[in-house]
Amino acid sequence: MSRRLVAPLAFAALLLAGWEASVRAWLPGSPFVPTPTAILGWFWEALLDGSLLEATLVTLRRLSLGFLVGAGLGLLLGGLCARSRTVRDAIGWLALGLQTLPSVCWVPLAILWFGQREGAILFVTVMGTVWSVMLAVQESVLSVPPLYVRAAQTMGSRGWHLWSRILIPASLPGIVGGMKQGWAFAWRSLMAAEIFVVILSGYGLGTMLHDGRELLRMEQVVGVMAVVILVGLLADLALFGPVERWLRRTRGLGGG
Amino acid sequence: MTPHAETGPVQLALRGVTKRFRGASGPVTALDSVDLDVGHGEFICLVGPSGCGKSTLLNLVAGLDEADEGSILLDGEPVRTPGRDRMVMFQQDALFPWLNVLENVLFGLRLKPNLRDAERVEVARHYLDIVGLADKELARPHELSGGMRQRVALARALAPNPRVLLMDEPFSALDALTRDLLYGDIQRIFTQRKKTILLVTHNIREAVCLGDRVVLLSPNPGKIRQVFDIRLPRPRRINHPDLAELAGEVTSALASHLGGHEAAI
Repeated sequence: MSRRLVAPLAFAALLLAGWEASVRAWLPGSPFVPTPTAILGWFWEALLDGSLLEATLVTLRRLSLGFLVGAGLGLLLGGLCARSRTVRDAIGWLALGLQTLPSVCWVPLAILWFGQREGAILFVTVMGTVWSVMLAVQESVLSVPPLYVRAAQTMGSRGWHLWSRILIPASLPGIVGGMKQGWAFAWRSLMAAEIFVVILSGYGLGTMLHDGRELLRMEQVVGVMAVVILVGLLADLALFGPVERWLRRTRGLGGG
Repeated sequence: MTPHAETGPVQLALRGVTKRFRGASGPVTALDSVDLDVGHGEFICLVGPSGCGKSTLLNLVAGLDEADEGSILLDGEPVRTPGRDRMVMFQQDALFPWLNVLENVLFGLRLKPNLRDAERVEVARHYLDIVGLADKELARPHELSGGMRQRVALARALAPNPRVLLMDEPFSALDALTRDLLYGDIQRIFTQRKKTILLVTHNIREAVCLGDRVVLLSPNPGKIRQVFDIRLPRPRRINHPDLAELAGEVTSALASHLGGHEAAI
């Protein structure tokens, strides 16, 4: 494991050193291309004055709320669609269409409906999450092997028992995959919302990024981008990593 | 088609059972007014080529599908829905991968009323012991071999104490060695527990090895063509010469029915 860390670390060091050297050689003092040391300087400064931590917390709070509402709605709608062909026919096309709509397209509508407030940001995040989760849940439940259902029926399972003991556990790997995708969509939507919806009730990472551009502080722009990548990566590892490992271990999925 | 003289009174009765499916080129009669009586504690093997309706017949008895005409009576009561009085063993083990071996065997038992949980666990362990997997109760299905999984499926089917055990080609996905071992297990359990068993197979030697009677079906339309009484002593070994000879008889009967059918078209 540790030997496998050598290549990425060496490459990262080389990249940063090359970046630093070329900016110093050809674009010294450019307002458009910051050096890694300048970015690190901003990072340190923002960390010390608490602004970075606060913005990250504001953003994570919005992300959790948006994801919970979006994924909850998606689970419910996906379950309904899997259960009833009529519901599936009625709203399936709508979900498919709305899923293809980039979530930033919801921003103008959200601002007009909710004003420049938390509600607008929540709305955009939820809209970006709900459809993909719904479609993933529907798909996973519909692709449960009929053999499991038949076997359970012969043992007397039906109705809610069949749902809770067979359909939901059998489709869990697909549902977790859908949640992971939903989380990624929520993250993207939230960043779009924070950059475009300027509000006073909380200063998030997106707003910080936006302000970096206004102030022409490129080290802040690139620094926030790096933090956004880091938060996304850590959340993915911490939230979904353990669940996926547990599924692999207990069910022997993927090379078990 | 009356039961074997040595078995008990009729437990499962099929009367004029007919089932049609919509095929690509018009309706297909999978089963054409099939009559069959199965006695208490009788082991019936349904054999025939694919398309003869043997699996359809099993699904109808299981209540997983409904007959278009005719009736199926279990101890005089008509069969309409699936139920624990008729447990099924499928071609694939159908074990639930999110449950361990013990929980898989407990699945049907947990739905059985009027039992304490401790009793359910005791019964499940008893059946795991019968199929020789008492030490595997905490294993996950993916950690077991194909033969072990099918054994767990057998324990799961036996655990709720069904009146009839239905088996749909349960050995066909296994290697020959594992299969031979399971023939021994099934015969031992059948002799000890006097279970009524209906087994579907396309392996004639397997049918002759296990069955009290071998029921031969042929397709287009699916009909019972001939019934063979197998009076070999148990336990039977699949490689015994007498068994091979009887299997040869059934095979040539099947060939003549198929030939006759093709000549008729």
